[in-house]
Amino acid sequence: MTAISQRGYANPGVLVSTDWVAAHLNDPDLRIVESNEDPLVYRAGHLPGAVEVDWARDLNDPVRRDYLDRAGFEGLMRRIGVENDTTVVFYGDKNNWWACYAFWVFQLFGHRRAKVMDGGRLKWEQEGRELTREVPSYPPSSYRAPDRDDSTIRAFRDRVLAHVEAGGDLVDVRSPQEFSGELLHMPDYPNEGALRGGHIPGARSVPWGRAVNEDGTFKSAAELRAIYEQEQGLSPEREVIAYCRIGERSSHTWFVLTHLLGYPKVRNYDGSWTEWGNLVGVPIEKGR
Amino acid sequence: MSAPYPEKLRQLEELFALMPDRGDRLDLLISTAERFREVPPEIARRPFPEDRKVPACESEAYLWARRRDDGTLKFYFAVENPQGISAKAMAVILDDALSGAPLEAVAAVPDDVIYKFFGNELSMGKSMGLMGMVAMARSSARRALAGA
Repeated sequence: MTAISQRGYANPGVLVSTDWVAAHLNDPDLRIVESNEDPLVYRAGHLPGAVEVDWARDLNDPVRRDYLDRAGFEGLMRRIGVENDTTVVFYGDKNNWWACYAFWVFQLFGHRRAKVMDGGRLKWEQEGRELTREVPSYPPSSYRAPDRDDSTIRAFRDRVLAHVEAGGDLVDVRSPQEFSGELLHMPDYPNEGALRGGHIPGARSVPWGRAVNEDGTFKSAAELRAIYEQEQGLSPEREVIAYCRIGERSSHTWFVLTHLLGYPKVRNYDGSWTEWGNLVGVPIEKGR
Repeated sequence: MSAPYPEKLRQLEELFALMPDRGDRLDLLISTAERFREVPPEIARRPFPEDRKVPACESEAYLWARRRDDGTLKFYFAVENPQGISAKAMAVILDDALSGAPLEAVAAVPDDVIYKFFGNELSMGKSMGLMGMVAMARSSARRALAGA
């Protein structure tokens, strides 16, 4: 795979290679954070020194459907020993799907010193690098966070509805079966948490995984532009809203469009299909 | 009259219920996953057929059921995602608990049995994948009962 610096990304510094991480495992100014979908993966073995940030226990409000507030974020950062000037390197399973989700939530609190390890766990494992079951402990930090900023990279349903009515660009990053609505109609299998199947009118179907190579690394900027711009007609000149089922997969696409292609106005609709597909009266399209 | 419940499944649920600590439960699941054995070549070889793929499971799990002489089913699994540890653990649990169980009992296993083992802190995608494994095992039993 081509070096990160040669892939034409708008913000190449947001990605680090497995080589780079291996050379910085003991860097005191760095905190390596693993974030996975599968709750067993971290405990079964992780990068030496890496802490776990769990999407359910650490990033979500335990009662309301929302993310943690300022106090909760400060508590999390203090617990994992992250100071305001600590660089956080995220990685995880599923081609960094949940790592990008955690990255996005951290941006709601303005923690700009954040990077993603290209290739995630998969590449680290395939390279035969060290994994450990030893859970590290760091001295609590004195992290101070601002209030969560939902105004720039997050979309709520009213904004999405206005965006649809204005003919704005939307990217649906779920599977083609979810996009078409057919998944909800498979007998004997669980539904996806929504009463209606289909997609938000006008949305382009670009499953999130198309942005990565087989080894889990991100595709080059030229390859990504071929997908999102030449094929789907998106443009950095226009605002884009990405969504999936609950906003995790779409945070991966948010990361790609924002940091790898340099789109200045991308929002993640974390209400996503579990909200839209249950809302009364909103427009829905079915089919491919 | 309600359907019988698989006895081995009940025993496994009781074992996990003894572990209220999340870490202990995860460790038990990891050790369970380490017992995973892939479907033998006499049952299936790659490329595995799409009709044996568990819908909604992003760990690319596959399930096969074979009729035994006593009329019950023996379940086999493959998990193509090397990081699919939860899927492997679920496969071992389903094989331990449902292979050899009365078909009527297998056909009535509820989807939400997964939470007895994994707790409630599962993503929707992970829940769907694991429930899909349960549903596919259940469907196999129903087809066997129907004589298909």
